[in-house]
Amino acid sequence: MDFLIFKAPMLMVQASLDGILLGILFALIAYGMALQWGVMNIINIAQGDLVILGGYIAYTIYLWGIHPAWGVIISPIIMFFVGWGLYKLVINKVVDRDLFISILATFGIAIVFQQLMNFIFGADVVVAQSEYGTTMLFDNSVTLPNSKIFSAFISVLYAVALVIYMKKSRLGRAIRATAQNARAAKILGVDTEKVYAATFGINAALCGIAGALISITLTLHPYVGLPYTVRSFMIVIVAGLGNLPAVAVSGMGLGLFEEFADYILGTEFRIGAVFLLLVLILVYRRFKLSRKREYLK
Amino acid sequence: MEKLKQKDLILYSGLIILGLTAPYLFSAFKVQLTYLCVLIVLAMTWNLQGGEMGYNTFGNILFYGLGMYLTASVQVGMFFPLAEWTESGGEKTFVHTTTQYFQGIGVGLLVAAIIPTIIAGAIGYAILGLRGHYFAICTLGLGIAAGEIAGGIEIIGAGQGFTTPPFPAEIVDAEARGKFFYFLSFALLIGTFVFVKYIYGSRFRLILNAIRDNEDKAEAMGIQTMKYKIVGWMCSAFFCGLAGGIMGGLIGYIDSTDVAFDGREMGVFMVLMAILGGKGTLWGPVIGATLFHFFKEGLWTLILGWQYVALGVLIVVIVVYFPEGLMGWLREKYPERFGEVIDEKDRKAQVELK
Repeated sequence: MDFLIFKAPMLMVQASLDGILLGILFALIAYGMALQWGVMNIINIAQGDLVILGGYIAYTIYLWGIHPAWGVIISPIIMFFVGWGLYKLVINKVVDRDLFISILATFGIAIVFQQLMNFIFGADVVVAQSEYGTTMLFDNSVTLPNSKIFSAFISVLYAVALVIYMKKSRLGRAIRATAQNARAAKILGVDTEKVYAATFGINAALCGIAGALISITLTLHPYVGLPYTVRSFMIVIVAGLGNLPAVAVSGMGLGLFEEFADYILGTEFRIGAVFLLLVLILVYRRFKLSRKREYLK
Repeated sequence: MEKLKQKDLILYSGLIILGLTAPYLFSAFKVQLTYLCVLIVLAMTWNLQGGEMGYNTFGNILFYGLGMYLTASVQVGMFFPLAEWTESGGEKTFVHTTTQYFQGIGVGLLVAAIIPTIIAGAIGYAILGLRGHYFAICTLGLGIAAGEIAGGIEIIGAGQGFTTPPFPAEIVDAEARGKFFYFLSFALLIGTFVFVKYIYGSRFRLILNAIRDNEDKAEAMGIQTMKYKIVGWMCSAFFCGLAGGIMGGLIGYIDSTDVAFDGREMGVFMVLMAILGGKGTLWGPVIGATLFHFFKEGLWTLILGWQYVALGVLIVVIVVYFPEGLMGWLREKYPERFGEVIDEKDRKAQVELK
C-alpha cells in the first residue's frame, strides 16, 4: 500500500481521466442490463460473459488480420443472434418466474460460456492491438491511450443511437410498452415474445460492442466476466431502471472509484473493492429505506 | 418434538451403522465419503436459508472459507509463527508433533465454529434487511469479495496459498488420516442432522416458513422477523465454519479463490444440491447431495475437461425444469406418504379444471 497518488497531483489527473473513460464503457454494459431488467424482469449473471464473448469475437477478427476496431460493428451483429438464440433456448422459460430462478439459470449459462471460451480461445490473457498510439498531456506527465478515447466516443455514439431508436422506432415503442405493462401490451397486439427476444438480443449486442471495445483498451480472459456483471448491476441499482443520464453518471463514478482504489489499495484489491462496494451500496440503501419501514424491491 | 417411530428408529440406526462401517467397507473411497458428508452438511445448512427462510444465499461460502482459514491459522499459530510458516510455503521447516496436531485442530475447529457465527450475527442485521434477489446478489458479492481480499493478505499466504499442517508422521497407520477426517465429518453430519431435525419439529421452523411465505404478514403477526433471520443465519454459519475447517485439513492446501471462497464450485454446489433434492424438506438436501456427489464422481472423469460445461448445463436444466426438486416431485405424486390428506372430490374437481 503506497500513497503515491497523494504526493503526485498528476497521478490524480491520470486516474480521473482513466476512470471516466472506463466508466463510460461500464455505463454501456449497465444500460443493456437496465434494459432487460426493466423489460423482462431478469437479472442476467451471464452479462459479463456476453461482454467477454463479444471481446473474443473482435479478437478473432483481429487474428484474421482485420483491424479490431471493426469489431464494434461485427461483434454486435453476431452477439444479437447469440442473445436471440439464448432467449429461445433458456431465458423464455424463466421470464415469468421467480427472480432467483433467473439468477441461477443465468449463472449456469455463465459457467458454460466461461468454459467454452476457455476451450476455444485458451486461458491466456489476450489483447487486440489497435495501434492507435497515445496522447500525452501536461508535459508528458499524463498518458492517455487513444484507444480509450475511441472507446468512450463509440460508447456514447451507440448509446445515443439506441436512445433515439427506442424513442422513434416501432420496435422501440413496443419494447417500452411491454416494459410498462406486458399484459396490456399483449392485449393491444404486441407480440411480447418477440419483444422479449429482441430485448435480450439488443442487450447482447450492447455487450458485444462493449466487449469489442474492451478487447482493444483492456485485456480479455475467459474468467473475468463476473466483475462486469457486478459492475453493471451496481450501476443499475444506484441509477434506477430506465434513467439513462443517471446510468452514465454512476458509471463514471464507478470508473473513478476503481481507478482510485487501484492506486490507493493496490491492484490486487481492485476486484475485491468492487465487490465490497456493491455490498456497501446495498447495505446503505437498505438502512436508508428501513427508516421509512420500506425495503429494496 | 415428536417421538421416534419404530420405522424411523430402524432407518436411523441402519444409516448410522452404514456410516460407521463405510470407511472399512469402501476403504478406497474414504476421501470421497468425507466429501459427501461435508456436502450434505452444506446442503442442509443452505436449506435452512434458501428452503425454509426463503433467503436464497450465495454467501454461506463465506463462512465455509472463513472456517477453513481460521482452523489452519489457529493450528499453525498456536505453536509456530504464522508469517514464517506461510512464507516457507510447502517446505516443512516446522513440524507438528502428534499432540500438537490434534490440540491445534481441536482448538482450530472450535474457533472456526465460533467466529463465523459471530460474524454472521454481526453482519446479519445489515445484510438480512435486503430481500429477494438483492439479498442473493449481495451475498454473492460478499463471498467473492472475501475471496479476493483473502488473496491479497500476506500472512495467510496471499495468492500462493496456505499449506495446512500435514498429518503427524509419527502415526504409522497409513489409513489413519483418512479415517480421522472421515469420522470427524461424519460426527459433524450427525450433529447437523440432529440439529436440523430438531429445528424441523420446533416453532422456529414455523417462524422461518412464515418469513418465507410472507414476511410483512409475519411481522404484522408480532414476530420479530429480523431476530429469527439472524439466528437462522448464525446456525448455518456455525456448521459451515466447521465443515470448512474439516475440508481445509483434508485437502491440505488452501487457495483463496479455488479452495476456500470457492463460489464457482462449492458455493454453487450447495444451492444446486438443495434444489435437486427439494428445498424446504428435511431429507431433500441429503438425497440431493448424495445423488449429486455420485453423479459428479461418476461422470467427472468420463468427461474430463468438459466438467464445467456439464455443470453449467446441469444447473440450467435443474433450475428451469425441476425447481421443486426430487422431494417436490415425489410429494406431488404420492401426497399421502407426506401426510397430506387429499379430498377425493377436490382432486377430481381439479382434474376437471385442467
